[in-house]
Amino acid sequence: MVKIHVAESPRSWETKEIFVHEELHLIMGGEAGQGLDTVSGLLVKAVVRSGRHLLGAQHVMSRVRGGHNNFRLRIGSRPVQGPPDTFHLLAAMSQESVDLHKDKLKDPGIILVDAAWELPAGPGMVPIPFAELASRPVFRNVALLGVIGAMLGLEASLFEEQLKEEFSAKGDKIVSSNLDVLASSMKWAAENAPSLPLPKADDAIKMLSMDGNQAIVLGALAAGVRFCGYYPMSPATSIAEGLVHAAVEMGVVVEQAEDEIAAANMALGASYAGARSIVPTSGGGFALMTEAVSLAGVSETPVVFAVIQRPGPATGLATRTEQADLDLVLYAGHGEFPRAILAPATLEDCFYLTHKAFDLAEKSQGPVFVLSDQYLASAARSVAPFDLDGLAPIATPDLGDTDPGNYRRYNWDGPISPRRIPGHGESLVLADSHEHNETGNIIEDGGIRVRMQDKRQAKMATLLAEVLPPEFSGDEDPDLLLVGWGSSCEVLREVTAKLRDDGTRAACLCFTQVWPLLPDTFMPRLEAAGTVVAVEGNSTAQFAGLLRKTTGFHIQDTVLRYDGRTLTAGFVMERLRPILEAL
Amino acid sequence: MIDTKTYGEFKTSWCPGCGNHDVLVAVKEALAGQGILPHQFVMVSGIGQAAKIVHYLKCNGFNGLHGRALSPAQAVKLVNPEMTVLVESGDGCTYGEGGNHFLAAIRRNVNITLIVHDNQIYGLTKGQSSPTTMTGHVTKNNPLGVFDQPFNPVAVAVAMRAGFVARTFSGFHEHAVQTIVQAMRHPGFALVDMHSPCISFNKVNTFAWYKARCKEVSHDPGDWASAMTVAATFGEEIPIGVLFREERPSKDAQLPQCADGALYRKTVDMEAVKRRMFAHA
Repeated sequence: MVKIHVAESPRSWETKEIFVHEELHLIMGGEAGQGLDTVSGLLVKAVVRSGRHLLGAQHVMSRVRGGHNNFRLRIGSRPVQGPPDTFHLLAAMSQESVDLHKDKLKDPGIILVDAAWELPAGPGMVPIPFAELASRPVFRNVALLGVIGAMLGLEASLFEEQLKEEFSAKGDKIVSSNLDVLASSMKWAAENAPSLPLPKADDAIKMLSMDGNQAIVLGALAAGVRFCGYYPMSPATSIAEGLVHAAVEMGVVVEQAEDEIAAANMALGASYAGARSIVPTSGGGFALMTEAVSLAGVSETPVVFAVIQRPGPATGLATRTEQADLDLVLYAGHGEFPRAILAPATLEDCFYLTHKAFDLAEKSQGPVFVLSDQYLASAARSVAPFDLDGLAPIATPDLGDTDPGNYRRYNWDGPISPRRIPGHGESLVLADSHEHNETGNIIEDGGIRVRMQDKRQAKMATLLAEVLPPEFSGDEDPDLLLVGWGSSCEVLREVTAKLRDDGTRAACLCFTQVWPLLPDTFMPRLEAAGTVVAVEGNSTAQFAGLLRKTTGFHIQDTVLRYDGRTLTAGFVMERLRPILEAL
Repeated sequence: MIDTKTYGEFKTSWCPGCGNHDVLVAVKEALAGQGILPHQFVMVSGIGQAAKIVHYLKCNGFNGLHGRALSPAQAVKLVNPEMTVLVESGDGCTYGEGGNHFLAAIRRNVNITLIVHDNQIYGLTKGQSSPTTMTGHVTKNNPLGVFDQPFNPVAVAVAMRAGFVARTFSGFHEHAVQTIVQAMRHPGFALVDMHSPCISFNKVNTFAWYKARCKEVSHDPGDWASAMTVAATFGEEIPIGVLFREERPSKDAQLPQCADGALYRKTVDMEAVKRRMFAHA
């Protein structure tokens, strides 16, 4: 327990006690264009550099100025899961933010406001004299950063270096002005604002901070990605941007195509020419790419699609989150051909599963999907450095040129034929969208068609051999088993822990590969549970439907979120109440 | 000079007398004349009768989707600048389904050669109008005649200052061969719009029709304004030859990523990945 000062009125203070156990929850709200994302980014880095674990979730509107955005930080001594529901501190950059979030404050909690606003004094309300601390409105976000930083007891140096990096391109004067605002704000806060000590630092490991898409970029680079075809679409664009910044040094060609159709077809052309390829997109863009998915299937061309979900149908909610494109990705493309769909649950998964996706694509010579979502893509988190030395090597094409005169791209020696690279030796490589014979030439013979289709379908065995089983945690033979996939998994683990603390025999089954499925790896779990509940970020329980189709097991109860907001432990607990009562 | 038999001889599914046969022969001669062996080039195509050319040629081939030939073709060149890349498809595939890709390819200026078998009709689907079908042409699906204005690919390409824009006629064998050779030697995106009659479904724009109208152009291909005039001329007279030429660095030649050759040969620099990872500290 830590004692902190909480203001009863704007100018008077008295000591109250609040519990700050191992975690601290903050929310910063305001209009787009006020620089809150900058504050959030700088704060994330400073907190992680100070040795704390962190998760930063963003809720932003699809606009460049105005509206209302918020950033939520969950800081802990130990790794934190999922975004917080309630907050110790609300930093409001607009009056609207106070109204929107004051009910989510813990009791007691602190609200940082602008002293210039005429707000009734309330418990915990701390007015900041922005007019004095920031000579121009443009500096207010740095003033806020200074105040929060000082309240959290962070060293000024943790911000100074970052401010220099952030603003160095704009000139020394801008840098020094920002540093002045930071110093005076930290000084003001030390004298006037309550302190809100951070949880104890974890010095066990030097942590990094990044978001899910940045981890996907690193996973792709570690897998030797050589081509990225994309058309900008939130929330996938930052993957292409990350690769753009690495392109020259790492030897990656990143092409912003004229449309999604071109982006996907370019990726296939690049892959045919031997360049490992990735196509980052979201549901709306992916819808246009489905003919290319089918082409990857018939031409047996490796390609990784990173589909970062956001709510649909159509343009939906452009900057929000959802898990509703499982069916789209599962069935994308006409005709029948094997595919694998990996659904990262954590930042670590974003890295390792992207790396694995490239290997699976090479091994199976076909499309492999990384199915993430806006929440995971943009939530900044602390993470231990990835184990680059422990990565398995990625499968490679056949770089021999044995007997080029008799080379057959689609030979029937096995489901996976040797894929050679055009121009590497004298072998001629023919890829075809039509049904074809072993050399790749167009055919209409029914017998060859059947053999070729059987050969392609037999590649499923390659994918099945490497299926990631779901992760089970909690009580054996539980009264309540929660089933989730992708980014909802972390919330399930947190909810399961809470339920068990409260005395419920609970467990969760978390899928990070949603296709293909190996029922043996999870059916005993489903059958042993009293009640099974599917928790998903969509309105029709798509994954539960896939489980039913694959296994015949019908999950009756669901907790579904499809308001564009992230699943949280609080949300799930609330929705579970009637189910728990019926247990 | 290589024997054209190097590129194989295949049974085709084209109608006897189809212009596609002439284009295939012209392409083989253009390749042979430049000494390009089958493993040294990639032929990319879309869908349609013309796009089947990949199957009638010994080559590295990518026979992709309708309208999409240019996308994989450009990517092949971007990740392996050592390859010679040719694209062949029809007018429907290139200017209809692939219209946006055609415009983007001109802007992108990757060093590839696009040969469009332009017969002003859909052949594979048996006689519907295409983007280049002339207004008033009565087709199977236009019993009242085509109302729409035809797309003029060479005028559009010249208007966008595509680096190399040529028109030729498959019936003028030497002209076709020489035009393809010049296009392939142009260091950037090159368009050859090749009139190549469909003898089964286009009874208007026949061999005789093109033969009577196609005339070698006599103008300075470096003169853009003059090229616009020549490119816009189509009807009783059809100027053929190099309509416009302008050199600028091609995209593939400007990417430092590919300066030392094909990307598939690069190994992963894990030290660099490590540096990038720790930049997130």
